[in-house]
Amino acid sequence: MSEPLRALARTRWRVAISLTTVMVVVYFGFILLIAYDKQLMGTLVAPGLSLGILLGAVVIGASWVLTYAYIWWANRTYDPELERLRHEAGR
Amino acid sequence: MILQVEAATTAIGQRNPVAIGFFFAFISITLGITYWAARRTKTTEQFYAAGRSVTAGQNGWALAGDYMSAASFLGIAGLVSTTGFDGLIYSTGWLVGWPVVLFLIAEPLRNMGRYTFADVVALHREQKPIRVASAIGTLSTVTFYLIAQMVGAGGLIKLMFGLSYETAVIIVGSVMILYVLLGGMIATTWVQIVKAVLLMSGAFLLAIMVLMKFGMSPTALFAAAAAKYGSSVLAPGKLVANPLDALSLGMALMFGTAGLPHILMRFFTVPDAKAARKSVFYATGLIGGFYLLTFILGFGAMVLVGPDAIRAVDKGGNMAAPLLAEVLGGTPFLGFIAAVAFATSLAVVAGLTLSGAAALSHDLWVNVFRGGHAGADEQLRIARGATVVLGVVAIALGITFKGQNVAFMVSLAFAIAASGNFPALCLGVFWRRATTMGLLASMVVGTLTTLVLIYLSPTIQIDILQHETAWFPLKNPALVTIPLSFAVGMVVSLLTARRGAAEIASFEDRERQMLWGDKRA
Repeated sequence: MSEPLRALARTRWRVAISLTTVMVVVYFGFILLIAYDKQLMGTLVAPGLSLGILLGAVVIGASWVLTYAYIWWANRTYDPELERLRHEAGR
Repeated sequence: MILQVEAATTAIGQRNPVAIGFFFAFISITLGITYWAARRTKTTEQFYAAGRSVTAGQNGWALAGDYMSAASFLGIAGLVSTTGFDGLIYSTGWLVGWPVVLFLIAEPLRNMGRYTFADVVALHREQKPIRVASAIGTLSTVTFYLIAQMVGAGGLIKLMFGLSYETAVIIVGSVMILYVLLGGMIATTWVQIVKAVLLMSGAFLLAIMVLMKFGMSPTALFAAAAAKYGSSVLAPGKLVANPLDALSLGMALMFGTAGLPHILMRFFTVPDAKAARKSVFYATGLIGGFYLLTFILGFGAMVLVGPDAIRAVDKGGNMAAPLLAEVLGGTPFLGFIAAVAFATSLAVVAGLTLSGAAALSHDLWVNVFRGGHAGADEQLRIARGATVVLGVVAIALGITFKGQNVAFMVSLAFAIAASGNFPALCLGVFWRRATTMGLLASMVVGTLTTLVLIYLSPTIQIDILQHETAWFPLKNPALVTIPLSFAVGMVVSLLTARRGAAEIASFEDRERQMLWGDKRA
């Protein structure tokens, strides 16, 4: 296996594990806030909108943003590099 | 003026001509699709993987259809309508697994496997031990999920169509067998797509009708709920009493998604890894949008129907969304939502059965009993036989487990998927030193400890067996079993490094295939 291909595999792993970690921190941060500070989560940030509901929507929004970030990276960086290496190997 | 339904005035539980009409329309359309698909299902690749011809957009909808069960539509709406904020814990938990599927699982799975996730774990390793262990993991997950879906569907249909529970279970099972047996993955995919479109549009329509009563403002709706039932409905309540329980449930929901066999199987239906990646992006968008909608539906039902009226119809609160539909759009709209819920159960059950049949036929029969040597006709015949067997088992399980707690069965399925399947898949793909024995140990220990700890948990020991105490304190074992499964997999791999030397040496071949797929460049 060529060195550039191995480097790409390592980069892919690093991106995947970093984004997974961010998702884990966001979601378990939300769960731990619910578990340890119910009162805070019940505070109203706007009429009818508690911090808990807002953060719940933020968790869903964060899932969207993170999946988009991955797709963006994959389309911009990963796919072209993979394609380039495939051509090189074919030569 | 705010409408309030009395339990006595609802048409739920009576035969609803609109519901029956919509239901027959759905059955006719999907059986038409099955007839069309049956003519395109001649090979195992078509039967298991729709000939790899599903586009990213189609697979995104189908993934959403496979994942959004009646339990999440009716269950979350019901939970929110009766407890408020607590339902949101499930809405978020059921979504956050999807980014993990995208980052870690989707593309490697498509590049390294053919029909089942066992293909990926067993790649360049000893076939038999890994296939047997992953078939056990798959079949346990599928069985508990099937029980949950069949019992839930039977109960719902009984309430909404006025049929007997047993008749309802037999109808769902028989129609599902027809889809899978004749149309394989092509029919199953299209049933999921039709169902997902129906479910999304039903939920969207309902949410818009709710919001129209509150000047299109969700916060005005939440404020109305707080004004009527106290501001505590907007804050966490009793669901999360114990932080460790909350963490454990969260882990099962998050990593369980990445180990559900019927979800994993969908990645083999697209042409390449890029399409697999795109399809998860679409699915995450759809599922997240759906769970945001369930929040409007839940609070809408709380304000417009009322928790007492909802509990009067069904103690678990599962009828919140249909009751809301009745208040807003009368009996016809109730009929539409009821038919959507029926279609939802049917589609999820079909996806589960197909993945279970693949484990039985592709993993156990072809790769274990026949040592990988089975003719094309034989493979297809066994796959179809396994479908019928599993369909009949699903009907029997549905009838046997009548009245059981459905939510508990779902959490059990997620815990097994998260501890039995996900760690082995992760180690098998990404870890150089993973050996056959290590992965085998990870799957067996993950699945067995999950089953044992659930048996020893308060849910079984205190709630069901009426004992004073439970040996294991957590309701969901994932907090213990996921790390344990990873640890056992790693320790056993290191201990068997000598026996697995060739497997470790072939890591670079696996890595190349993970990136490039099977195509030799």
